Amino acid sequence: MSGKISSQTGLLEMWDNLRAVPRRIVDSAFRSGKPNTDRTRSTFIFGNLFLHLHSVRVHRWSLRWTTTFGLGIVCGAAFLITLVTGILLMFYYKPYPDVAYESIKDIHFIVPTGRFIRNIHRWAANIMVVAVILHMARTFYTAAYRKPREFNWLIGMGLLVITLALSFTGYLLPWDQLAYWAITIGANIAQSPREVTDALGITERFDPGEWMRLMLLGSDVVGPVALIRFYLMHVMILPLALTALMGVHFWRIRKDGGLTRPVNADQKLSPPGGDTYPVFSEAPARTYQIAAIVKGRTSQVGNGPENTVPSMPHLFYAELGLLMLTAFLCLAFSVVWDAPLKEIANPAVPENPAKAPWYYLGLQEMVSFSAFMGGFGIPAIVLIGLGLIPFVEREESGTGEWFGGPGGWPLARNSALFGLSAAIVVEAVAIRFGWIREWFPDAPQLLITFVNPGTVLTLVYASYSVWLIRRFQSTRAGAVGLFTCFLCGFVVLTIIGAYFRGPNWVFYWSPAEWPGH
Amino acid sequence: MTTVSKPARSRLDPEPIPRRDMLGLAALWAAGSALVLAVLGMARLPKAAVVSSPSKRFTVMLPDSLQPGQAFLPSGRSVAVFRDQEGTWAVSTICTHLGCIVRSTPAGFECPCHGSSFAPDGTVVRGPAPRALSWLKVSAAGEKLVIDEGTVVPPGTKVQV
Ligand code: HEM
Ligand code: FES
Repeated sequence: MSGKISSQTGLLEMWDNLRAVPRRIVDSAFRSGKPNTDRTRSTFIFGNLFLHLHSVRVHRWSLRWTTTFGLGIVCGAAFLITLVTGILLMFYYKPYPDVAYESIKDIHFIVPTGRFIRNIHRWAANIMVVAVILHMARTFYTAAYRKPREFNWLIGMGLLVITLALSFTGYLLPWDQLAYWAITIGANIAQSPREVTDALGITERFDPGEWMRLMLLGSDVVGPVALIRFYLMHVMILPLALTALMGVHFWRIRKDGGLTRPVNADQKLSPPGGDTYPVFSEAPARTYQIAAIVKGRTSQVGNGPENTVPSMPHLFYAELGLLMLTAFLCLAFSVVWDAPLKEIANPAVPENPAKAPWYYLGLQEMVSFSAFMGGFGIPAIVLIGLGLIPFVEREESGTGEWFGGPGGWPLARNSALFGLSAAIVVEAVAIRFGWIREWFPDAPQLLITFVNPGTVLTLVYASYSVWLIRRFQSTRAGAVGLFTCFLCGFVVLTIIGAYFRGPNWVFYWSPAEWPGH
Repeated sequence: MTTVSKPARSRLDPEPIPRRDMLGLAALWAAGSALVLAVLGMARLPKAAVVSSPSKRFTVMLPDSLQPGQAFLPSGRSVAVFRDQEGTWAVSTICTHLGCIVRSTPAGFECPCHGSSFAPDGTVVRGPAPRALSWLKVSAAGEKLVIDEGTVVPPGTKVQV
């Protein structure tokens, strides 16, 4: 081209390029074309950092409503909602005693949408706790923790603990009476190993209880240092830890071969709809390339035609629907019920009754008999027991089926009846006739510390589980019994703590009977 | 280095990486221990050398009208002060169970949180509290009393003022 024209073509080219900017930005984002065919959708998924936690195709069993009830996704969705609303609350919240209370009051009464955002944050947090517990129950009852998913069960337990810790730390932030006294009690539970070291007379030399309390509060009172610590944990450390573990959790689901399904899942499913293109694999003896670095056979080996559908749109629609459902629940609850805010914290006058968030009320009920066993010993036993499940129960029958394994649904139902009645009987005895100190006023403290109604229940449940293992000759039967019993015990104690305990933690049939009402 | 001829291995079953590389091992261990030391160092931070806590000593004037067995409750403090013919004493009102503030009643003390109750001398009568309420150090300063919430004295220690 001659020099004269080229000066013009340069400008023209620039103009053309400028006009093409929007299209080219889109093109560079979707390198393999718009995700509108199965093939381009696949490349879209694995070319995208966030989407590629999904596999490109998903088994039709995993998409059945009854496989998961969407509970894992609800946990994640609720977390997302707390994250967004939490960041908004941070615009106004000031983590310093008394000032904190004023700032929450501002959020509640002055900031535009402030009360609504705060309500949503509360409700999403509550939904998350419920969903995590139900999701754990669903993975348990479908025996989805079995090989090769043992490790993901452990990761899940980490998620459970962090979820509860997030709620606990968030509870202090409003600095009202509820917050102050719940955390005072919580911090003293951390100190409760002292009951044991005191009884053994070694507290002078070895005082893990005081150490834990000091690490938690940074001081010997619930004051400014404690508030900053709880704030830091609540807005930084725990959310980051939860996000990281969630990443591992999702990643492992893929690496463990997708969701658990029964061996005969393909026969149980109806034939795929006409709008999906099943992928036929040729039952390879092994998958290529990857075999060089990965030990063992991959999950595809030996499979015939796959009963899978593309994740996009099928799985993505399901996920989006669950996110919408969770958001809807949060919004609906927030319109109807405001998050509570009591009077400003007053270290001289305990809230009476001083109740923790509802999911800790079962613990509080046990703690009201002895702090160490109720607040420390039994939770530790439960966590260790949960962690051991996938390593002790190594059977294969019933994997991926609801109440799978020997005994099936009748076993779960009977265990629930047993667990509920045992918890009610033990509590009724303790409420009606008192406990150790009322019977033997001179009982040694160690006896009072260790013989908590919770301890009795744990022993009853454990014996029941051993009996089931012998009766069914199956560890799965024992596990179903034990898990169900503990779940029922948790429910009974929580309900008693929430509805039947009034001022001075005295039993009342209903709050209407509370003195002063 | 001399190469010893080995039987041919499959590409899929590679040789294990030798672990005898001295320098490499030394570097790994050095980096590993540096990281461990750094973590230990950082772990010291959350435990302050001096714990910040409000002052524990305070002075009070008991009203002349205070009857034996009746509790005087200095405002803003978790202490109950008593006086009888034998002297004056102070009992901490922080429940030994989980730290709620107990109420003084004619029969002793009652905790609102989980229903522990204590005799007038602080010993546990009922409920989950593991220890008796603490008796605190009382000393005279002219007309007034100095009470030290930080110093526990044996139960029964009464001070003549
Ligand atoms: C923040 C908390 C959690 C989140 C966001 C989460 C998320 C998920 C999601 C999205 C799935 C896919 C299937 C489904 O939706 O059920 C899943 C599966 C799984 N989760 Fe969780 N989870 C959490 C906590 C837990 C807990 C507490 C446990 C148990 C201790 C657990 C154990 C498992 C296991 C074993 C699977 C595999 C299930 C299968 O293969 O069928 N997770 N999780
Ligand atoms: S704190 Fe007093 S009885 Fe629990």
